[in-house]
Amino acid sequence: MAVKLLLDKAHIEGIRYYDTWRKNGGYTAVEKALKMTPDEIVEEVKKSGLRGRGGAGFPTGMKWSFLAKPEGVPRHLVCNADESEPGTFKDRYLMEFIPHLLIEGLIISSFALGSSATYIYIRGEYAWIPDILEEAIAEAKANGWLGKNILGTGFDCEIYVQRGGGAYICGEETALIESLEGKRGNPRLKPPFPAVQGLWMRPTVVNNVETLAAVVPIINMGGEEYGKIGVGRSTGTKLISACGNINKPGVYEINFDLSVEEFIYSDEYCGGIPNGKRLKACIPGGSSVPIVPANLLFKTAKGETRYMNYESLSDGGFATGTMLGSGGFIVLDEDQCVVRHTMSLAHFYNHESCGQCSPCREGTGWMYKILKNIEYGKGKMSDIDLLWDIQRRIEGNTICPLGDAAAWPVAAAIRHFRDEFEWHVLNPEESQTRNYGIAHYADPREVVA
Amino acid sequence: MKFSQEKLNKVNEIIARYPEGKQKSALIPLLHIAQEEFGGWLDVPVMDYVAELLHINPIEVYEVATFYTMFNMKPVGKYVLEVCQTGPCMLRGSDQIIDHIKNKLGIQAGETTPDGLFTLKPAECLGACGYAPMMQLGKFFKENLTIEKVDALIEDLKAAAKN
Repeated sequence: MAVKLLLDKAHIEGIRYYDTWRKNGGYTAVEKALKMTPDEIVEEVKKSGLRGRGGAGFPTGMKWSFLAKPEGVPRHLVCNADESEPGTFKDRYLMEFIPHLLIEGLIISSFALGSSATYIYIRGEYAWIPDILEEAIAEAKANGWLGKNILGTGFDCEIYVQRGGGAYICGEETALIESLEGKRGNPRLKPPFPAVQGLWMRPTVVNNVETLAAVVPIINMGGEEYGKIGVGRSTGTKLISACGNINKPGVYEINFDLSVEEFIYSDEYCGGIPNGKRLKACIPGGSSVPIVPANLLFKTAKGETRYMNYESLSDGGFATGTMLGSGGFIVLDEDQCVVRHTMSLAHFYNHESCGQCSPCREGTGWMYKILKNIEYGKGKMSDIDLLWDIQRRIEGNTICPLGDAAAWPVAAAIRHFRDEFEWHVLNPEESQTRNYGIAHYADPREVVA
Repeated sequence: MKFSQEKLNKVNEIIARYPEGKQKSALIPLLHIAQEEFGGWLDVPVMDYVAELLHINPIEVYEVATFYTMFNMKPVGKYVLEVCQTGPCMLRGSDQIIDHIKNKLGIQAGETTPDGLFTLKPAECLGACGYAPMMQLGKFFKENLTIEKVDALIEDLKAAAKN
């Protein structure tokens, strides 16, 4: 039986509201945490092995312990709710349906980090969600969980919600901070890191929604117990937002010992692929992570079963593996064209590049134009090598990881689906009327049968 | 041009969320309110007014307003259909939805119908990939779109505009 730590109460009628949340064990974690010292809370989070759920997977406890604490300088916790990675919609689910879980996590984390003014930076397009969050904050405040001298501890805390203006780049923590300061979302050069000079040049921790929500079960059960759930360095549970060509798109809480095959085909999760179609490829961690063909998805190159966790998904590196990333799980069936899909993603990154670093600003545009030519039957064979060359020159040469995020999907598409690109070039007319199909990346289920 | 007293109270409440002297942080929230209040887009006098409210230079508002895609720099229709066109929506037929809207309304991406009712604004990933294809309409999302649902939506909006 799969363990649920975040969505265990999601099915309860009215769980969005304080009274129901409280009746079902809500705010016990805050009660417990506020009797501990801030350092003890940080220690529990360290012991839990929790890794940042926004995509990078950096250990949260370690990030917290980097926070500078100069005398007399206020510190801030900022919740990154700028969920914009294509394929990812898990934080939206948490905020929309179980907002008090996040609020509870924010109160505990604010206490642990010493933040008396905590900000939730939410993507502007989630325009109706700030109302839900602000209602939950007001309820928490009315019941004494926020405001002045919370539970008699002398700790004051306010949580504010701020909407962004529609920019993927603001999910990068320093761009988010710039945006929160009322500026363009241009990422900052690091160092200094936000832990030393962040929001208004004050020490700041920026954490993803799901990460902060996970602090609640960690406090309730203890860091050590939380750390026992999972596999190796993938501890706890993970929300996966599944989309694309599957029968049951949606948000699922998974355990890290779940196989990728079961996740796609089990009725408990994605429920298989519609219309009896075969599986062609998958992007398991949001659009930035490498696409993998079906034959490398269920088994690693070494022939071992692939599981839904950080280590197993990245087994084989970028040559034959991918990443868990943000958990934005995108499935492509046999009718999908990898060239067209890659072109769509290239357009996305070109549109979302902030324009600060030339390799990304120019390179993303070149990649999109070349992909468009290939997709529409105007490509040359040399274009494929040119694409490869451009992505290689973007990766690692920009201030923030948007450059890498734009390069990886193109690199992986060429690495695994080069024949499909070549077919487009060699068959400019035919490629306009039909798709390449599934070719050698056979559906592993079919091979077995 | 001026916000109503109610909106001004909201503005002051937002500014109070930030430390003394950091009122510039309220810029993006204020631009959202201004766009809603003054016709769905940000004309230069509107941006100058926001600059005045925050005691910052107009250029600081212009550079921010032009950076974020949610702020319209030219007039838009009464209803802006922001249809997501990114990968996950594309896999579930967003191309067909966008083409259908273009044909039905006789406009291209970024254009507004002559009656000023509809603007088609293809958008990049809006975080509803599991409920694709989808569009943003004002504050809310319209999800799991089909050609029939789009037709019904457009008819509903036309009817609503008449009343």
